[in-house]
Amino acid sequence: MSTRSFGTRVRRIADPALLRGEGAFVDDIPLDNCLHVAFVRSPFARAEIRSIDTVAARARHGVVAVYTADDLGILDIDLPLLIPHPSITGGRTQRPLARDGVFYVGQTVAMVVAVDRYVAEDAAGLIDVDYEPLPVAVEIEDAAAPGAPLVHPDVAGNVAAHFVQVSGDPDAAVAKAEHVTRVRVRVDRSTAASMETRAVAARFDRASGELTVWDGTQAPISVRGGLASLLRLDEDKVRVIAPNVGGGFGQKVLFFYPDEVLVPFAAMQIGRPVKYIEDRRENFIGSSQERTQIHEIELHATKDGEVLALRDSFLHDTGAFIPYGIAVAQVASTSIAGPYRIPNIWVEFKAIYTPTVPVTPYRGCGRPQACFAIERAMDQLADELGLDRFEIRRRNLIRDHEFPYLREGLLFADGLAVKLDSGQYGKALEMVAEELDLAGFAAEKEAARAQGRHLGLGLAFYVEGTGLGPYEGGHARVHPITGKVYVNTGLTSQGQGHETVFAQIVADQMGVKPEDVILVEGDTKAFDWGVATFASRAAVVSGNAIHKSAVMLRAKTIEAAANMLEVSPDDVELRDGGAWARNSNRFVPLAAIATATNPLRYAFNEAAQAATQFAPASKHDGPALAEGQHPGLEATDYYSPPHATWAYGVHAAIVEVDPDLCKVSIRRYVCIHDCGKMINPTIVEGQVMGGIAQGLGGALYERIEYDVDGNPTNANFVDFLVPYATEMPNVEILHLETPSPLNPLGVKGVGEAGCIAVGAVVASGVEDALRPLGAGRFHQVPITPSMIHEALPRR
Amino acid sequence: MKPSVFDYASPTTLDEAVALLAGHDGAMILAGGQSLLPSMNFRLAAPSLLIDLKRIDALRGIVVADGEIRVRAMARHRELELDAAAHRANPLIRAVMAHVAHVPIRNRGTVVGSLCHADAAAEMPLVLTLLDGTVVARSAAGERVIPAADFFLFHMTTSRTAEEIVVEARFPALAAGAGWAFNEFTRRHGDYAIAAVGAVVRLGPDGRASEVRLAACGVSSRPVRLAAAEAALVGTSLDAAELEAAGQAAEGAVTAADDMHATAAYRRHLLATLVKRTVAEAAARSSGRAH
Amino acid sequence: MSPRIKQSIPLTSDDPTARVALTVNGERVERTVSVRMLLSDFLRHELGLTGTHVGCEHGVCGCCTVQIDGSAARSCLTLAVQADGTSVKTIESVAQPDGTLHPVQQAFQDCHGLQCGFCTPGMVMNIVSRFEEETPLDLSDEAIREMLSGNLCRCTGYLNIIAAVRRAAELAGRA
Repeated sequence: MSTRSFGTRVRRIADPALLRGEGAFVDDIPLDNCLHVAFVRSPFARAEIRSIDTVAARARHGVVAVYTADDLGILDIDLPLLIPHPSITGGRTQRPLARDGVFYVGQTVAMVVAVDRYVAEDAAGLIDVDYEPLPVAVEIEDAAAPGAPLVHPDVAGNVAAHFVQVSGDPDAAVAKAEHVTRVRVRVDRSTAASMETRAVAARFDRASGELTVWDGTQAPISVRGGLASLLRLDEDKVRVIAPNVGGGFGQKVLFFYPDEVLVPFAAMQIGRPVKYIEDRRENFIGSSQERTQIHEIELHATKDGEVLALRDSFLHDTGAFIPYGIAVAQVASTSIAGPYRIPNIWVEFKAIYTPTVPVTPYRGCGRPQACFAIERAMDQLADELGLDRFEIRRRNLIRDHEFPYLREGLLFADGLAVKLDSGQYGKALEMVAEELDLAGFAAEKEAARAQGRHLGLGLAFYVEGTGLGPYEGGHARVHPITGKVYVNTGLTSQGQGHETVFAQIVADQMGVKPEDVILVEGDTKAFDWGVATFASRAAVVSGNAIHKSAVMLRAKTIEAAANMLEVSPDDVELRDGGAWARNSNRFVPLAAIATATNPLRYAFNEAAQAATQFAPASKHDGPALAEGQHPGLEATDYYSPPHATWAYGVHAAIVEVDPDLCKVSIRRYVCIHDCGKMINPTIVEGQVMGGIAQGLGGALYERIEYDVDGNPTNANFVDFLVPYATEMPNVEILHLETPSPLNPLGVKGVGEAGCIAVGAVVASGVEDALRPLGAGRFHQVPITPSMIHEALPRR
Repeated sequence: MKPSVFDYASPTTLDEAVALLAGHDGAMILAGGQSLLPSMNFRLAAPSLLIDLKRIDALRGIVVADGEIRVRAMARHRELELDAAAHRANPLIRAVMAHVAHVPIRNRGTVVGSLCHADAAAEMPLVLTLLDGTVVARSAAGERVIPAADFFLFHMTTSRTAEEIVVEARFPALAAGAGWAFNEFTRRHGDYAIAAVGAVVRLGPDGRASEVRLAACGVSSRPVRLAAAEAALVGTSLDAAELEAAGQAAEGAVTAADDMHATAAYRRHLLATLVKRTVAEAAARSSGRAH
Repeated sequence: MSPRIKQSIPLTSDDPTARVALTVNGERVERTVSVRMLLSDFLRHELGLTGTHVGCEHGVCGCCTVQIDGSAARSCLTLAVQADGTSVKTIESVAQPDGTLHPVQQAFQDCHGLQCGFCTPGMVMNIVSRFEEETPLDLSDEAIREMLSGNLCRCTGYLNIIAAVRRAAELAGRA
């Protein structure tokens, strides 16, 4: 075989077209005579709708249709609750257009379809909705307090779900403990803020009865199934395409957003293509958000710092509805013990409704919150016991020989018990300690103090359950004319470079260059078995499915080539786009093999003619296609993981805090991470750096703000602070590759890795820097200058 | 986020523009559009008529004369930022420009536009206030010169009347031997200021401050001269204790309430810090002090 | 379920319009447009140049950056009528006609400076403009970060883009 592609820094295949502006995002797709959608959205966090007057809107020139709940027929229903769970005692989802009541500022109340977006917005402004506002409690603790105004009148205490999970025997362990550390932490709400907002366009072809939907979604196959079901169409008649998508980060895995069903509905009714391109303000008030959790965490330990038991009780803000179930809270619960042995765990959460934008996963999906809680608690335990932060971790990290490490009773998002399969946690910690040169830093810190500067060291370890099921598929076929390998899978990319990494996997099996592997994903017409892109699973699940299909394809190719070259299969090598007879110059190109394995009557091109120069591809007597044989070079296979495979890492930073400006600067940021074998280290690093940037956003800058009435007050890029390049420090990334034992490629996911530990790193660094000034603990992120000012003792 | 309907006019003379403005209730002036367009896209501004100044030749250009830098209404931020004569006349301006949004915004946005927009956290209104600059406003009745102190009334409110077009801003040149400095604190580079301070300092032959100008933005509903801090510093040798006292004296200028970006208490603390640092830097730049 | 549909579906709105004549990527273009049409929408939908992207429509994210009369500008904060009489360049003008990448584009490919590609055209236009304006180029860490500070990217974390600027300078003989 020629040089192996897996593991190399292949440059991305998608880049040249994207760089030339040739990407096709939803709003780029040319649709003749397309109509445009705008929504009327609730200006109240909670209100009853008395009446809706659409007369003036409908009279506006250029308006084609106006819809309210009364116009939706079969779609006037509660949208699906995607992931049911027994703990969800008060599950509520929204309707495509509100009927009778609104539950958050931004909720869709009416839809206008017009000749352009400008007119659609004009008309939306002419729709007169008579609201009767209701009292609200917006802050999570206020909403959870007894007597708080209810978001949903029939959901007591605003509790959407209540779940307790137990592993081991916490009560017994607590009784034996010699020391308890109690910490209360809070992570504030943020949002994915991908550069492309959400978008959906639809066209209904009356002649074929086919509905085509372009949707900037992370879940086209699942959307197709859902749409077919809701619109009562055959799945065969519904085609969903996720074209180029400008970032997803979890926000785009939720379905249905109201527009995702309403736009296809309108297209079918009106008979013209319809599109909805969310604007930035709408993304802030209509597309889901995540992060708010308040944890009260206890570590029960021996005097030597061995943590025997962990108890954690947290409130999770789910917003006004719970369409994605308890995924975020569940992932947080099952990640709460991090990389530590802690054999006894009691973890409880209550998902609380607040009259705000609904909460569904955003990159990290609860792991950042869990990491913040456990890491801050470990730091405090270390402090209270007089141990250093590295030592407390050394004493508690799961040791290499203890893998696989089962946390019976903690069920991960896939419904299976948490089983940390592999890792070298101790080594990762040593690597970061060495990289930081702790002794050197101690001296630097002293010297800085003498100059009146305040340096601190931040540290946090994280684990990340990745690659969960149920499954994904891979389909590969050699094209008979070009000899290129066409590959499909059921999930899609929003920038992760699938077209490159999956090509690398196939290239190795088939002996072709990665650029001769063409990946087509995100089109239900091309391949429609699969789930979606989320939870750092694409490389693991689709990667392995594609690998398995490529292995099958390779075997078929070798068998056919062996027949054509009249050698034994063991003497066939696949490389340079062809099959070679070992120790000779005889070869047959892949195109010819593909042609030859498709018995044709007509030699209508060169490849067909060339194929006839070799022995037949199939050696047998009887019909051209033997029983059980399929024509061509094609294979389909699936990968269904036994359970999640756990990646991990440790981040550290040297921060400087200026107590006069109350400003935090990151002088150095080091990241050790292990995602098993890396398909493409450059792409892995890109994912990690992007994740760290979002983590930094959550640590120092990003907080979705609501006033006491539930009005979003920073629904724009001026006041919601996504970091620029000037705010991003340099990052040093060191790789550790402990192969996953769970899948053939040995890979683990890395999509969310970067963002998980950053909040804890920054908080611990700031705390360390300001300790000499008596600033106390930093147990909430993002950390703002005002918070630092507040924490510093008055002069 | 698309603007609501409006009529559009692109006059070629100032008189036409003034007449259009006077003749249409709800008309607004369009120069660079970098403040107006976002506001229109959010539908916070909904003019009935937009009067675009772009074709009026008389509104182009920057002239340095008579101890002033005169910036016409269509002169872009970036033009002023890169103007060599203006920089020689007053280097403070180029230093401040680096903090005004980002280059692509400065390429299109105008200095006069920023002054008329009068965001309480904007840098150019601070500069005009610090230097005691003026603006020239033109209406059908003629022109009048408005000093900075009388121009900025309130966040996004100036004393320009509805029939006036501001045609020029005039920034005084820096006095010989004077030192200048500017410091701004923002959460991210290019954001509106949480607080910013500009200073101009002249030292007498005895090394004491003979003149101290201090202005801040972001701390109140308009840019403010820090009179109490100025008074505390004039005639002193600007040592650490005196700077400390001046910083504390400046805190009283903070009238902004707690908001999502800063508490009032933090703003006061920040302002004091910026005053100390900025005065020290300006003093170091002034020719009365050895380096 | 009776849809509330008007009998005839108009093709355009009744907005006041104006004639605009400008040069786009070296070609003369004349159209009649709604006076409120943003330049970003004009380029994308009237002219079909969809390489310029729209991320915020309030001038912060930089995705819509183009060149107007040689300087980088936000097309979302410019009305099409304001572009009358100007020369506009978009991302589509940056590579060679045969598709050969410009040094800035090549550098992005070399340095993994893009992931989803949505912010990329605006980034490239901004950097290309700066390269054209600034001589010599300041390639310090601080200067490059400042150069990029008006463009949001949510995917890459910027570090590879900073590297791409240095690499672009090398490729263009400007290092």
